[in-house]
Amino acid sequence: MALSRPKIETISLRKSYRHGRQMVAVLDGISLHAQPGEFVSIIGPSGSGKSTLFNIAAGLEMPDAGEIRIDGEIATGKREKCAYMPQKDLLFPWRKVIDNTVLGLEIQGMRKKQARAKAAPLFATFGLTGFENAYAFQLSGGMRQRAALLRTVIQDRSVLLLDEPFGALDSLTRTSMQAWLTQVWETYEWTVLLVTHDIQEAVFLSDRVYVLTRRPARIDLVVEIALPRPRSLGMLGSPEFAHFEKQLFQALVERQVAPSDASLRATSQHVAG
Amino acid sequence: MHPSSASDSLHETATGRFQDLEAPPPDTSFSLGESPGWGVEARAALARRAVFVLTPLVAALVAIGIWQFVVAATGVSADILPSPGRVLNMAWRYRDDLWLNTVPTLEETLLGLAVTISAAALFATVTDFSVWARRIIYPLLVASQTIPIMIIAPLMVIWFGFGLFPKLLVIVLVSFFPITVALMDGFNSTEPEAANLLRSMGANRVQEFLKVRVPTALPYFFTGLRISVAWSVVAAIFSEYVGAEQGLGIYMQIQKNDFRTDLVLAAVLVTSLASVALFALTYIVQIVTIPWYSKSKRGQGASRP
Repeated sequence: MALSRPKIETISLRKSYRHGRQMVAVLDGISLHAQPGEFVSIIGPSGSGKSTLFNIAAGLEMPDAGEIRIDGEIATGKREKCAYMPQKDLLFPWRKVIDNTVLGLEIQGMRKKQARAKAAPLFATFGLTGFENAYAFQLSGGMRQRAALLRTVIQDRSVLLLDEPFGALDSLTRTSMQAWLTQVWETYEWTVLLVTHDIQEAVFLSDRVYVLTRRPARIDLVVEIALPRPRSLGMLGSPEFAHFEKQLFQALVERQVAPSDASLRATSQHVAG
Repeated sequence: MHPSSASDSLHETATGRFQDLEAPPPDTSFSLGESPGWGVEARAALARRAVFVLTPLVAALVAIGIWQFVVAATGVSADILPSPGRVLNMAWRYRDDLWLNTVPTLEETLLGLAVTISAAALFATVTDFSVWARRIIYPLLVASQTIPIMIIAPLMVIWFGFGLFPKLLVIVLVSFFPITVALMDGFNSTEPEAANLLRSMGANRVQEFLKVRVPTALPYFFTGLRISVAWSVVAAIFSEYVGAEQGLGIYMQIQKNDFRTDLVLAAVLVTSLASVALFALTYIVQIVTIPWYSKSKRGQGASRP
């Protein structure tokens, strides 16, 4: 791996919230990084503070301890470095699709006409041709997510933070979206942090996967996904793919989700032997 | 690999792929009356619409018919209960008078509404930006509604006379609450994640307000506006009733004193028509201002006409 400086780095992030009278520790020393152009996934059980991590990376919240560095410089609390794609697509019903996609540009002061001219050529790549002047309710679930992603990438920021972008989609749509996303990523070479619940998705899309524990969240496991690029759906059934899935499965399901399930223990012993 | 050639093949793959797996949902929202032929579905939808519109009309006609019958059968005198026929006849005969009095009432109502909307927008905006303003204003707002209009209107005449100003005050007092509360509720119903998203894009408080909070509040605003419109016509009439030089309210007062019940009812009829017209106008303004709202409601599987 190159010794170049990471594009984004989180260094020992800690965060707690007040819940009633107690302080609940959510993040307990999270250190991770992504090199420029890397696709990094973060996977963990529900409630492991993944959204908190993203809020801090996006500059929307300040950590109690630790820092964010982007291109080597301290970026904690800065909101203009990362482009954030939340779980819900949050396309505004009162705006046409094209006006939704240019929202970030408008806020930065770009004139509407100029912004639309910037977005329009990207509609084909994002599978939204012909829907520039439609309203959000006229789009299918997958199309809404692609529109939301377009809104995210068009801001030309250093890092993309994708928070379970395909979580609300049905399984088939999700698979086609993953295949599409990895292709588009190959072209644009974005640095991506992706939060997901889906082990298969994490392995398919990423160069590296971080597994978080339940809160207070720490990094339980880091897996380098040494599968060839570009990825294709054909890899999904291969033994190499299954090997990485199994590693993540062991960390996630066996150690955290269902640690007392005897059937899981039997399987992992078989694999280890 | 040159980026341009990669993205060309991407175009093809990306769009080709999606034509197979994903067709956008069929656009059923605008199909009423626009289907190519008179299929069963189109006819059924039209029939539903017709029933929806005709039922209240038929009910009203039946009620009027009963009224006419009762008057004819009991032979009651016209200054107690005139027949609908007589009311309509008199309304036609005195149409100039009625119109001359309708115009000032409408003017007051519309002017009152304009002032109300401006004031409500101002108050709601201030309370959205300042927590302290909200804490001070909201209880005062609620308290203002406890003052009965029956008392306020005559007091206004005593204090300010027969002119336009006291009437405007009454109208504003009555109409202010629904619109302000609707706006405040509307602002508060902004999704916090939407506000978060905007902040992540670098939006300041004003941008957040204009780009999310205001559009979210607009459908609520129209609901409040419709309530205010209904009440403001009544407020205008009532404030005229207690003292005015012209207007439907004072017209009713005068005719009542002359035992011309038929003309009083004629004025009532005109008032109802004016209220309905204003009410319908709010829908027209809504469709023009927030076209996305009605369309999205229809698009979401509207099974009712």
